[in-house]
Amino acid sequence: MVNSAIRLRGVVKRFGGITAVDGLDLDVPYGTCVGLLGPNGAGKSTTMKALTAQVILDEGEIEVLGYRLPDDSKQARAEMGVVPQLDNLDQSLTVEQNLQVFSHLYRVPKAERQAAIDRALDIANLQERRTSEVDALSGGMRRRLLIARGLLHQPRLLLLDEPTVGLDPQVRQELWALIDRLRSEGVSILMSTHYIEEAERLCDQVTIMSHGRSVAVGPPRDLIAQHAGTEAIEVYGSPAKLGEVEAEARAKGWSTRRTGTSVSILHANGDTNVEGERRITNLEDVFVLLTGEEIS
Amino acid sequence: MATATAPRRRLGRLERAALRGVLVREVVNYSSFWRSSTFSSTIDPTIYLLAFGFGFGSLVSTVAGYDYIDFVGTGIVATTVLFSGAFPAMYGTFVKYQFQHTYDAILAAPVDTEELVTGEGLWIAARTGTYGCFPMLVAIIFGLDPSFGMLLVPFIAGLAGFGWANFGIFIAARAKSIESFSYWQSGLLTPMFLVAGTFFPIDGLPTWAQVLSNFNPLFHCVELVRHAVFGFEGVLEDLGHLAFLVAFALVAWRLAINFMEKRLIL
Repeated sequence: MVNSAIRLRGVVKRFGGITAVDGLDLDVPYGTCVGLLGPNGAGKSTTMKALTAQVILDEGEIEVLGYRLPDDSKQARAEMGVVPQLDNLDQSLTVEQNLQVFSHLYRVPKAERQAAIDRALDIANLQERRTSEVDALSGGMRRRLLIARGLLHQPRLLLLDEPTVGLDPQVRQELWALIDRLRSEGVSILMSTHYIEEAERLCDQVTIMSHGRSVAVGPPRDLIAQHAGTEAIEVYGSPAKLGEVEAEARAKGWSTRRTGTSVSILHANGDTNVEGERRITNLEDVFVLLTGEEIS
Repeated sequence: MATATAPRRRLGRLERAALRGVLVREVVNYSSFWRSSTFSSTIDPTIYLLAFGFGFGSLVSTVAGYDYIDFVGTGIVATTVLFSGAFPAMYGTFVKYQFQHTYDAILAAPVDTEELVTGEGLWIAARTGTYGCFPMLVAIIFGLDPSFGMLLVPFIAGLAGFGWANFGIFIAARAKSIESFSYWQSGLLTPMFLVAGTFFPIDGLPTWAQVLSNFNPLFHCVELVRHAVFGFEGVLEDLGHLAFLVAFALVAWRLAINFMEKRLIL
């Protein structure tokens, strides 16, 4: 019995000598939002493309909505929506024409087409821009239109590839509200992102990727508790002092992470000897600890 | 929808629903640029027609037994097919792939590369079938006698156009940059365009060029159009021309699909 909307096992993809995805396992249970988190080059985009069979695996298995890929990829694509990272709207067409074209590509029956377009316009809050050419839309509106386009056929699975990259903070929050609403309506969502806050807010579970592998899986809270503890101590000072603090912390078995101007000591729960600012740990701590990379 | 057993339905190849989706996208987009496209596809050959018709026509009155305006007015149909088939396919495909990322969006829907290429090829074929007739209609104004055989011309032009469109998609699928089109254009398409019996009969060419032109789809298109308009000469000969065009279209179609798959599916 299939109980995951997406199931990846041992997925490997190489491009020439580079292994982009290196033995990835991933599950998206029905009705949940799962975040694929990782720095640039971790293999997120390759994984997303493999889910629409635009990347063919070297090894491993993928099942999407119970369909085996790549053989039954077309059926899977008929039942899922994809929101790309790059804007690939038809620029010289209007908002409504873009939706009209994709209502055909997604095989919405003729009698339901207009209703589907109206519903998508509602979701994206673009009713008033119906006749605007895409060229004239702001970045946030385009992204909303891209999401609406992926929802025309009421898919039960939605793939979001970096849904808010390059957007203003308030636009990002609007999109979060939209994504959260979809999840509450029961749509299964896989979202790749390198915005930690996005994953923390929206995702039931995250998979942290590094160098093509999954390095941690779980609900954001659990991952934080497990890898970073409850409290972090942020110590500021000269590079020399920071070096000493790091050495000291390691000697006591705590993890540290360097930000530009400070050292964060993690897992030092309850220790009061160290001078520094106390703050609550977050997913970013886990991310940096596990991937060894700072994120923007 | 918490759990779901996916229905075991297998979607086939070259489905009408997918082809229609690709065609709808093309038609809706065309509505935003049909003026410029129609302008260049019809004015270009008309200029050739008038320039050669009047310029060359003042030196020679008949060529290969035809009035020169009749000769060139029918031959130029094939030129139009090349211009409105291969070139939009080359540039259109490359731009959609490289700059607009259109194919990412289409292939994320239930459409396969084979359907994508076929749909786009069919749409360009429909356009070349229409545009191909335009210079012939202009030639009628200048003295070409209308005939029933002309009703076949859109179909001949459409068939040749399907071949050229797919050939153009094939070129674009192989191109690393848009500049590389120059090699195909100057190295292959321009010579083919001149040595097709459009402006002058190939009889006067050296033997090797005559032999080569038998491998030129444009030559077979020109012959077939001319025979359709002025009367078929020999059934076998014209079936031969037709067979060549069909073979060209099929080979170009499969090549385009094959190379687009290599390009689009990593």
